[in-house]
Amino acid sequence: MDAEALKLLGKYLGAGLTTAGMAGAAIGIGLIFAAALHGIARNPAQEGKIKAFAFMGMALAEFMGLLSFVVTILILYVVK
Amino acid sequence: MAETNPVEQFEVKDLFSFPHVSGYNIAFTNASLCMGLVVLAIILFIGIGSQEKALVPGRFQSMVELVYQFMLNTVRENAGHEAVKYFPIIFTLFIFILFCNLMGNFPYSFAVTSHIIVTFAFAAFVFTGVTFIGFYKHGMHFFHFFVPKGLPGGIGGIILAGFMIVIEFFSYLARPISLSIRLAANMTAGHILLKIMASFVGVGLFGIFPFAFLLIFTGFELFVACLQAYIFALLCSLYLNDALNMH
Repeated sequence: MDAEALKLLGKYLGAGLTTAGMAGAAIGIGLIFAAALHGIARNPAQEGKIKAFAFMGMALAEFMGLLSFVVTILILYVVK
Repeated sequence: MAETNPVEQFEVKDLFSFPHVSGYNIAFTNASLCMGLVVLAIILFIGIGSQEKALVPGRFQSMVELVYQFMLNTVRENAGHEAVKYFPIIFTLFIFILFCNLMGNFPYSFAVTSHIIVTFAFAAFVFTGVTFIGFYKHGMHFFHFFVPKGLPGGIGGIILAGFMIVIEFFSYLARPISLSIRLAANMTAGHILLKIMASFVGVGLFGIFPFAFLLIFTGFELFVACLQAYIFALLCSLYLNDALNMH
């Protein structure tokens, strides 16, 4: 294998590996909505407030996963 | 199956070229066209909706009122009554981002909000505005914002406060970055996913499965478009709450 092909292999392997970071975001979002569902089931009167907090938490957790997506895009299209 | 590049759709192309002004290309691009269409759509939506001013709203008017009331409640609940003064700018940002996101879902159109420079402009604007409001209202006391409440006393508390101030300060500085990258990356990821799925549709008879997936995910993208606009506005009002009411 020549150097160019090896470089390409490393690039694609790295890009694929960064997507593993999304798993953390997935777990986080699952936990947030599970907790929100528990909260709403216990106290349905507070549904609106809990929902707003859940979506805010989801946004924060999702952002961490999307950072790995940004790194993937950087590796694939920006790194020469 | 044709070789398709999933990120080709985000390319900014010149539609009308003008001579460069001091080295800057000021061409009318497809992004400018899409933004113009978005503004036109917003003017039509709000304009037609608020034309009648009926006491019992019709379909169109109640649609506009629903969006307005929803945003007003979000701002009031999350940032207090004082923040209603700043409601127009948050509503403007919300409706512009919402229409940009939705417009990006049209075939052959251009997702303006998938470009970090566009969303970063919004976020930087909000960040500077909120910081300015904080300093305007609290003066130099706004720096108290970086010191969390309930730290222990003594020498340990001072060392801990030093760490906490650094962390709080950098998390404050990271706000415009997280605000802009969240929106742009969400939009980019969704559009790339749709494009990749769409390139699987042309494989023949079994292309019906990716097509069904595509149909479901287009609906999901519409949901994400609304959700991200809402989250942007929600975080704006939360930051405003921090600036107005501190801890």
